[in-house]
Order: sequence, then structure tokens, then C-alpha cells
Amino acid sequence: SFKKKKKKKRKKKITDPKLLNGSVYLCMTNCPTLIVTVGLPARGKTYISKKLTRYLNWIDVPTKEFNVGQYRRECVKIYKSFEFFRPDNEEGLKIRKQCALAALNDVRQFLTDEGGQVAVFDATNTTRERRETIIRFAEQNGFKVFFVESVCEDPDVIAENIVQVKLGSPDYTHCNTEEAVADFMKRIKCYENSYQPLDEELDRDLSFIKIIDVGRRYLVNRVQDHIQSRIVYYLMNIHITPRSIYLCRHGESDLNIKGRIGGDSGLSARGKEFAKALSQFIQSQNIRDLKVWTSQMKRTIQTAEALGVPYEQWKALNEIDAGVCEELMYEEIQQRYPQEFALRDQDKYRYRYPKGESYEDLVQRLEPVIMELERQENVLVICHQAVMRCLLAYFLDKTAEELPYLKCTLHTVLKLTPMAYGCKVESVCLNVDAVNTHRDRPSVRLTNTHPLSMSVSLVVKKPPRLLSLKGKCAVIFYIYLVCFSPAEELPYLKCTLHTVLKLTPMAYGKTPFLN
Amino acid sequence: MYTEQKELTQTPLLKIWVPGMGSSLGQRRGSSRPQFTNCPTMIVMVGLPARGKTYISKKLTRYLNWIGVPTQGEACASNALKDIANYFTKEQGQVAVFDATNTTRERRGVIISFAKERGYKVFFIESVCDDPEIIEANIMQVKLSSPDYENYNKEAALVDFLKRIDCYKMSYVPLDEEKDRHLAFIKIFNVGSRYLVNRVQDHIQSRIVYYLMNIHVTPRSIYLSRHGESELNLLGRIGGDSGLSSQGQKYAKALAEFIRGQAIKNLKVWTSHMKRTIQTAEALGVPYEQWKALNEIDAGVCEEMMYEEIQATHPEEFALRDQDKYRYRYPKGESYEDLVHRLEPVIMELERQENVLVICHQAVMRCLLAYFLDKSADDLPHLKCPLHTVLKLTPLAYGCKVESFYLNIQAVNTHRDRPTNVNIARKTEEALQTVPEHL
Repeated sequence: SFKKKKKKKRKKKITDPKLLNGSVYLCMTNCPTLIVTVGLPARGKTYISKKLTRYLNWIDVPTKEFNVGQYRRECVKIYKSFEFFRPDNEEGLKIRKQCALAALNDVRQFLTDEGGQVAVFDATNTTRERRETIIRFAEQNGFKVFFVESVCEDPDVIAENIVQVKLGSPDYTHCNTEEAVADFMKRIKCYENSYQPLDEELDRDLSFIKIIDVGRRYLVNRVQDHIQSRIVYYLMNIHITPRSIYLCRHGESDLNIKGRIGGDSGLSARGKEFAKALSQFIQSQNIRDLKVWTSQMKRTIQTAEALGVPYEQWKALNEIDAGVCEELMYEEIQQRYPQEFALRDQDKYRYRYPKGESYEDLVQRLEPVIMELERQENVLVICHQAVMRCLLAYFLDKTAEELPYLKCTLHTVLKLTPMAYGCKVESVCLNVDAVNTHRDRPSVRLTNTHPLSMSVSLVVKKPPRLLSLKGKCAVIFYIYLVCFSPAEELPYLKCTLHTVLKLTPMAYGKTPFLN
Repeated sequence: MYTEQKELTQTPLLKIWVPGMGSSLGQRRGSSRPQFTNCPTMIVMVGLPARGKTYISKKLTRYLNWIGVPTQGEACASNALKDIANYFTKEQGQVAVFDATNTTRERRGVIISFAKERGYKVFFIESVCDDPEIIEANIMQVKLSSPDYENYNKEAALVDFLKRIDCYKMSYVPLDEEKDRHLAFIKIFNVGSRYLVNRVQDHIQSRIVYYLMNIHVTPRSIYLSRHGESELNLLGRIGGDSGLSSQGQKYAKALAEFIRGQAIKNLKVWTSHMKRTIQTAEALGVPYEQWKALNEIDAGVCEEMMYEEIQATHPEEFALRDQDKYRYRYPKGESYEDLVHRLEPVIMELERQENVLVICHQAVMRCLLAYFLDKSADDLPHLKCPLHTVLKLTPLAYGCKVESFYLNIQAVNTHRDRPTNVNIARKTEEALQTVPEHL
């Protein structure tokens, strides 16, 4: 099974193999699903594919996207011009078909052998004939098929797409902007004549959603099951209107200072200072129509109160419930529940506190928040460490292994701005000292050794108490970009001592994705 | 603008932090989840007779009310629009469903102007169906029993009704992709095989669309049952995560026999993550799915206490709970209102599924039952859901048929009625007046 076995508390053993991990979700797919994009170039298919893949992985449905254009680039090393895509280019057609089949082969491997549940087949798939091939392939392998078509004739939207993602493509490294745009428009023309959009009548037995004009209108046909229903709901809630999401934790709390987890305490003096600083920062950002959300815990509400604007409370934003460990210090947990403490370090994502929650539970609880964040525009979410990690993991496409160790420090605001296929992150430290509550993955990784030896060899890495951060001034000091860094930002990029950056060119980025 | 930091206090009933001293119980800062409805919404049904408009209206109204969005269904009359305005302004309603044919563009124009004048949003739901079998089935199910056809036999009634539909057909102008492209609507084709969704404006419309896309009319039954009697039940203690008592184990076996006897096609079985529901499901010998969302209400600091102990240690909390059992949140725990929000994905999935057996807990079962039987927030926490009894719910016409099967295995009673005196200053005997017997 693809999913890791959940570390269960000492409960009665469940023998039925279907219930291996007793996960938070009911089994959404009995047979794997193949999502197939349809549409002319520059209609947002790859944007949708990547976003959908990110969402499904976040909600624990193993998903992978397969971009046929990438296969083509690997096969035809150098892109010359749109002529490759001419409908009368026999050689080109042959190669393109080969690439599609190669991609489908990898799809089969992912869904059958590697435990994948959903594969997103990202290509134009504009002819009925091509779609028939895919449907036959799916039938042979026992996969369900769901088509996602994007139809758009708005020239502004298309032009913007081309600027945002096509110009930076490896295909156009050797061209200037005008040449690239002209070539790309001709490329689109090559597909137009043979384009057979999904049809209400002719394709009435297929399962699909047609997205018209970037979500102005949708045609939804024959949704077969739960996962398709969730996909449709998700696609109908996303938008591309420019906006930013601000994430921060509550100000430092009284329990934070004491090094105790959870609880429902109020802000410390420095926490109150942060609330004031946050208010000033927010005002300085001049954000249009900002919505402010908090949890229902005192410390986030106190923080929001300082802003002097209306805010909404979500119980779903409450901090992870540490059950019997609520309000304990890490040292106390190590003392009283050494086995639990070790189990948590082994699999921090799935570990559930006794009578409490796991990060996995948190993700499920936060799903409606994510859905609403997708619908909204400018939002400031004032929440908690574990909660913020889950939200951040969604926006930055972090895995379940990375999620519980994401750094979300007190008194720092993260500004997320969707950009091209990813998300720009700006980290703003508001220069109010606070304790560090981050606990790294311990260096000694334990396997199934005898419980007693666990407590002896475990290195308890706890955050030092009352450590003051050296913040010099409220400055944007790191920008993670999936695309490019303009000249203004360049001299301020952080290149610290004793740190290695690994850069790997990826798909639609002329620029590297920084790890 | 930076404001002076006021001290926060926690409201006694809802356990919500609010600025200012001792806020009154009546001041609601919101439930566990913001509903995002700022201006009232009119939902306008469109379609020929016997297209399921009333079915959809009633179901949607029931769903919205259950999730905490005050909604009213309006049967059509020409002064219904006035009633709607009244509902929004005087009664603080948020959604009104206007159930009528509304088949002409002119009629819809009137409604749109009315809404525009008052700042209401409008969302159209059109049901289009050309399958004669479905239409006939509809007519048989809900029209023939109408007072209009008291004196007709079935065939004659059917013929007459079909002619009635023809009268509307002449002037019927369906919502059009092009001409109505500025309106917000969903067009449902042939009971959900296809949908056309246009210009969803906000959160509540998005939720409505999602709901409509998940409901179906395929005949099926939903079985609701609690776990078998647990060890803590016997001791009169609430919550916890104990195993089944010997009676509880007997019930699990009896449940297995009962389910086999019902010969249900493709039955799905769901449990919570708690030992007692899982043990009950194990006896069935069939695969089952676990939902954490089906876990019993979290009684916070009162977990595993007897009512007598709660009265002894937290008398005010105990009284507050009796005052408003739906909204009352246990300290560090949950309220029924929180439960409802937690159960929403379960309800959504129950709508999608066909035959399902849900093995859950008292408070959870009350919430689910209230959804299917359209019970108000005031009634919900007092619904009777005794141990060792299976409720079989079968959707029928505009509602739900309920059959109750007591499997004849003795169990303690865990139902506590609302006592007469709910005042904080009441005496212990008055508080414990309705506590059921236990060991």
C-alpha cells in the first residue's frame, strides 16, 4: 500500500486488510482515475494540472501529473519553430504520438505498480481520435477517465498566459519576446483546425467538466464518484485573480514563554507588541478588501483585535490537539510518555497524540479552510504553528514528510502570492523578539528497537527557551521564486555562509526552483 | 487603525473569546465555522411541472438549515415576494427558496428587479428533463396524492397532469447560455447526469452547487445505529473510548443477523475511530470504513464523568448545558453545533452513496437524524437514539420514512431529558432529576 502504516495507539488490532491504516479519509477510489486535460495551447491546462495535483496530494490522494510537452522536449532536444506542430508535418505527428504513448506508459506504471491513485495526463488532446486512444488505454487497464477541458476565447487571458508561462519555456530561450509570441500564436493555429471540443451530445457518455472562460461557466457531465465530485468542486472554486495570502501565528503567548505546548493562554507582553506591529505592517501594505481569519483560541483573537478590523473565527484553525500532552513541556512529555515521544519523531505526520490529533487529522480539518482560501482574494490568516505548517505545505507543495518540520516562526508574516505555476513567498520578520518554538527532526532516527533503548539513545532537541531573535529591521529577507528574480531583488537575495543551494531547472521555468 | 487592547473574556455558553466584560449569552460571535453570507440570497427554481423543483427546494432548504444558514422554502403565490422581503428583514433569514415554475423570462425579470431593488443576490436552479419515464415516476410519486386529484383514478390523473404540463410548455423559455450569461444559475439535466453552472458569485452558491451535484434519486436506505452497549455506558459515564460490555457484544451479533436478514444490495458500513463502534462492526464480518468525523462529541473536561460528578464539580456548566444544549460547548470540548460542522462531509458522502449502515454514537446519531428528518436545532439534542436500536431511513416523496428496529438485547438507557429547572442556582436534586439509571 502506498500510504505508510499509521502508528496506532495501543488499540485492539484490526485484522481486516482493507483497514490497514485506519486513515482519516474513507477510501475514495477503488480503481485509479486518469484525469485528461483537453484544450488549445495557452488555455491553462498545465496550471490546472499542477494545482489539482498539489491539492490531491495534500488531501492524501497520491497523484502525479504527466506533461506530454515535457516528453516532447526530451525527445526533440532543440525546438526550432511552430512548424513542428503543423498538421501536415508527418515527422512531427509521429514524434508527438510516440511521446503521448510514452507518457501513457508511465501513467500505467504509476497507477498500477507504484500505488498512485490519480494521474493527470496533461496535453492538448484536442481530437476525438486521440481521446478515443486514451479511453481504450484506460479501459484495458481498469482506470476511470475524467476529462477536464478548458475553453477560452478571451484574447487578453490568452496573451497573459503566454507572457506568464510560455516565454520562460525552454522552447523559447533563444528568442526575444515578439518572436516567441508570434511563434506561439502560430502554434495555436496549428491545433485550431482539428480541434474537436467535448460535446454535450456526442460525448454524453463521457465524464467531464468543461471550464469556460476561466470559470465563468462550467458544463459538468456524468460525475462518477467521490473523487470526481471533489475535483469538480475544487475546480469550481479556484480563480486566477491576483491576490495575496498572509499567514502568521498569533503573537508570543504566556505558554510559549514557558515552553509548554497547546493550551489556550493569552499573549505575553512581547506578543502584544507583535500584535501592534502586525497592525502597522498590514496598514502599510495597503491591501484591498483584506479579510482576516483567526482560530477560536484566545491568542489569535487577541492578536486580531489589535488590528481594529472585523475578523472571522474558524474552529478549524485551532491548534493541533495534543491530547494528554496538552500544556506539557517537551521534557515532561519525554519523562511521562517516552514511547509516545519517540513514536512522534518516527512519523510526525501520522502520529496522533493520545486523545488528541495528528497532522494528518489537521489536514482534513483544514480542508474547508483551504477551499475557502481558494475562493477568496486577499486574506490574512492568524493561526498556530502546526496549522500554519499544514496551510504552507498546501501552497508550497510540500510532502507529508516535510510538512511537520516547516519553519513557521513567531512574529514573522509569510506573504504568499500565486505566480505562474507556483507561489512566491516573502517572509517578513516584524522585529519583535520571541522564543523559538521550532523543534527539528532529531538527528538519531530510530527504527523498531526495543522501547527501553529508545529513551536512552534519543536526543531530545528542544528549542532553547527565551532565545531572542536577532532581527535588525523589518525587511523582506528571502524570496523563494519558482520563476525569476528581477534586478531590484537581486542584490538582496540571501546567500548565507555554510548553506548550499541546489538548483534544478524544471519544466516551465527558465529559472530554477530553489530548494 | 490600532485600537487599545481590551481584555478578552470567554463567553460561558459558546466558549468563544470576546472583547469586553461578561458578554451576554445572547451575543453570538459565530459558530465554529464562518458562513460567509453577507447579503440575503434568493434561490429561484425554474422548470416545467414534475421536474423535481419542490423535491430540490425542500432538500436544499433542509440542508442549509442543518448547516446553520437560516433558510425558508416558499411555495409560490403572487405575494410570496413580499413574504420573502419580510423573512429577510424581520426574521433575519439568509436564504429564501422561491419554488415555482418561473418558466418565462418575463417572470424571472420581475424577480430579478425585485431582488436588485433590495440588494438581494439571486441564484437560479433550473431542472430540465426530457425523459418520459422519470416524469411519469415523479407524477406518480407526488402529484397523484395532491388534493387536485382526489376524485380521479390514476390513469386519468396522469393524463390530466401531462396536459397541464403541455400548457406551460408553450411559453417555457429555459435559461440560456448566451442570453442569460449575466445571471448566476445552475441547470440540472435529467436528474443530474449533466450540469451547466454559470457565474457562481459567492461561498454559499458554491456550497449549494456542490450539494446539488451530489444528491441523487436512486432508491436506497440508510441505516443508523449506535455502537453496542459499552462498559462506560454501564457505569453511567459519558464519552471515553471503552470497549463493548457483554450485552454490547450480543448486540453486535444481533446486528449482523439483522443486516443479513435485510439482504441489502452493496451495503457500505461506516464506523467512527472509537473502539466501541469498531468492535460492533467487526461482528458483521464485512469490510467497513472508519471516519474520525463520526467520533462522539468531545466532552472536554467532563470526559468519562458521570452526570452526578459533573453536577458536583461543574454545576454552572451543567446548568448552562440544559439551557441551550445545542450551542453549549463543553470546556475544552465541543458543542452539538460543532458536531454538525464536523459531520458535514459525512452527510455529503451519505448523499452520494446508496445503501449505507452508519455505526456511530448518541450525539452524532442525533445530528444525522436531525438532518434527515428536518429537526430544528432546539429539537436535535433531545432526539431519542437508544442503544441497540437500528433506524432505517428511506427517502420517500419529499421526506423520509423511518422504521425503528429494536434488536431485543437489553441495554442501559443513556437518554437524559431536559430537567424542569435549568437555572444555575438550582439544587442538586433538580439538576439530577432526569439522569438515567446506571451501575
